[in-house]
Amino acid sequence: MVQTTFEEQVVYSRPIAFSDSQTHYCPGCTHGTAHRLVAEVIDEMGIREKMVGVASVGCSVFAYNYFNFDFVQAPHGRAPAMATGIKRVLPDRYVMTYQGDGDLASIGMGEIVAAAARGENITVIFLNNANYGMTGGQMAPTTLPGQKTSSSPTGRDVELAGFPIRTAELLATLDGASYVVRRSLHDPKNIRMAKKAIRLAFETQKHGLGFSLVELLSVCPTNWGMTPSQAQDWVGEVMVPYYPINDFKVHPALANIKA
Amino acid sequence: MAKELLKGNVAIAEAAIRAGMNAYFGYPITPQTELLEWLAKRMPELGRAFVQAESELGAVNMVYGAACTGARVLSSSSSPGVSLMLEGLSYIAGTEVPAVLVDIMRGGPGLGNIAPAQADYNQIVHGGGHGDYHPIVLAPANIQEAIDLTYGAFDLAEKYRSLVIILADGSLGQLMEPAVLPEMLPVIMRQPEWATYGAAGREKRILSSINLEPREQEAFNLHLEKRWQEIKKAEVRYMEYYLEDARYAVVSFGTSGRISLSAIRAARAKGIPVGLFRPITLAPFPEQELYELSQRMDGLLVVEMNSGQMLEDVIKITRNSIPVEFYGRMGGMVPMPEEIEAEIDRLVNQPHSPNGHPRDRWLDRFSLDN
Repeated sequence: MVQTTFEEQVVYSRPIAFSDSQTHYCPGCTHGTAHRLVAEVIDEMGIREKMVGVASVGCSVFAYNYFNFDFVQAPHGRAPAMATGIKRVLPDRYVMTYQGDGDLASIGMGEIVAAAARGENITVIFLNNANYGMTGGQMAPTTLPGQKTSSSPTGRDVELAGFPIRTAELLATLDGASYVVRRSLHDPKNIRMAKKAIRLAFETQKHGLGFSLVELLSVCPTNWGMTPSQAQDWVGEVMVPYYPINDFKVHPALANIKA
Repeated sequence: MAKELLKGNVAIAEAAIRAGMNAYFGYPITPQTELLEWLAKRMPELGRAFVQAESELGAVNMVYGAACTGARVLSSSSSPGVSLMLEGLSYIAGTEVPAVLVDIMRGGPGLGNIAPAQADYNQIVHGGGHGDYHPIVLAPANIQEAIDLTYGAFDLAEKYRSLVIILADGSLGQLMEPAVLPEMLPVIMRQPEWATYGAAGREKRILSSINLEPREQEAFNLHLEKRWQEIKKAEVRYMEYYLEDARYAVVSFGTSGRISLSAIRAARAKGIPVGLFRPITLAPFPEQELYELSQRMDGLLVVEMNSGQMLEDVIKITRNSIPVEFYGRMGGMVPMPEEIEAEIDRLVNQPHSPNGHPRDRWLDRFSLDN
């Protein structure tokens, strides 16, 4: 009889920083992708036990259930202030906020600008899906000109509702910001780039360089009324031209850090 | 320890430092700004956290974040700033993290002015923020009491995982008088079994105020109410002055209580048997004590620097069983002892009208010429 042995090789496993739980996100949503990337980076850096996450209000309100480390949950828009409070009393911990565009760039614009200007040594993961997802797809500060949402039913009219905010570009003007970039989650190449950026953002915090933020262009197939595949194409074809993938602020000390 | 001449705002700030406060987050607003300024100098030199926040919204949420780690944390503000903080206070209450806030009240509504007032009574004592919750509210009437209450506020907050609010007014924040500061306690980072400070060697923890399931939210509300009952049983504080032989009592808190005491001394000199009942805990209110007192009095005079906010609680507690009259000044005006003395005379010497609300009678005789 011939004995056949199989060598077991792990090709996929759940990051330890990722909880073994089912998310409430819609099919095709990129929140799951962003969560996974953050969890992988935290595992790779070995910082899970030193993490305190701050969840925000919006679709990612339950992020605390999906990550496997200490978490608090902030009032709408106030996550950077809560993160400041945590970081100032526990400067050797890693503090992350996870916010959407309604939370960060509308109701929480004051808190995020102030935290960045102070050079608060925290990392912000900022998902921009150009609408308020949780409440059913209303116009957000990031909604593109002409984009139809439930509160801009004929398309965003810039004469009445003004123009979208390019958050990363805006925050990059602040001296306290050390790492501010935009990435996208609409295809594998961009997802790999996003992971590197998330790593560099946490490295920024690790080295005490100050405020770091990664804006991630994301899909919202449910509220956009598209299939997940159409939504991914829409990000690449419509969102990226308005919100370019770029590094807007990179502290010189980060040049020597490999992500 | 020797007495020092201390300004109220500075005394409160230093008392919090000596209580082992880890962090302070605040925003400048008159008449509490000296509190922030004192801590801007003292906290960094002691190696503790201090941030001048971008707004009261920022400050209260920094407090919220730091409180989630188990830190002893303080903020301070004045009436309009506290209005902005109410969102955060509701979240702090809904998450059951201990935190201490100082409200140095000023005239309102709106931007109002920067003169002393007590018109935040309803906003603070009866909740203010959304949802069912009860902060512990402490009302000092002099600087020594402000020091002592602040010094003990963190223990109280931690004991019940509750908000503790020191409710004082602009005159107490601004005036100077001799007082003794307590000893400096060591500053330590506490790690309570509920706190989020990094899950090293234990399961992760979540601190939130969310309960999507109404039945669970109701169970949590019930838990808060039960704990409030415990607090009501154990933490009521008040002061009584000249009440042993009194037939009339003034009920007044904080600065108006202090001024009432001067009026009572003058009335006593004229032979009027009047005393002062001064609640120190506005929440929990000394309900039973005031009710029992009212049963042996011929009348009560409620004095406040507002339009009669505590008055409603006094009426509720005394159940219309004895005559109650009211005297108030509003909008940053502070009553003179002579005004209160005249009100005591009126209560004692004029036949009591059983008709109408004490506020209506006060409004009928109120004159801006005072």
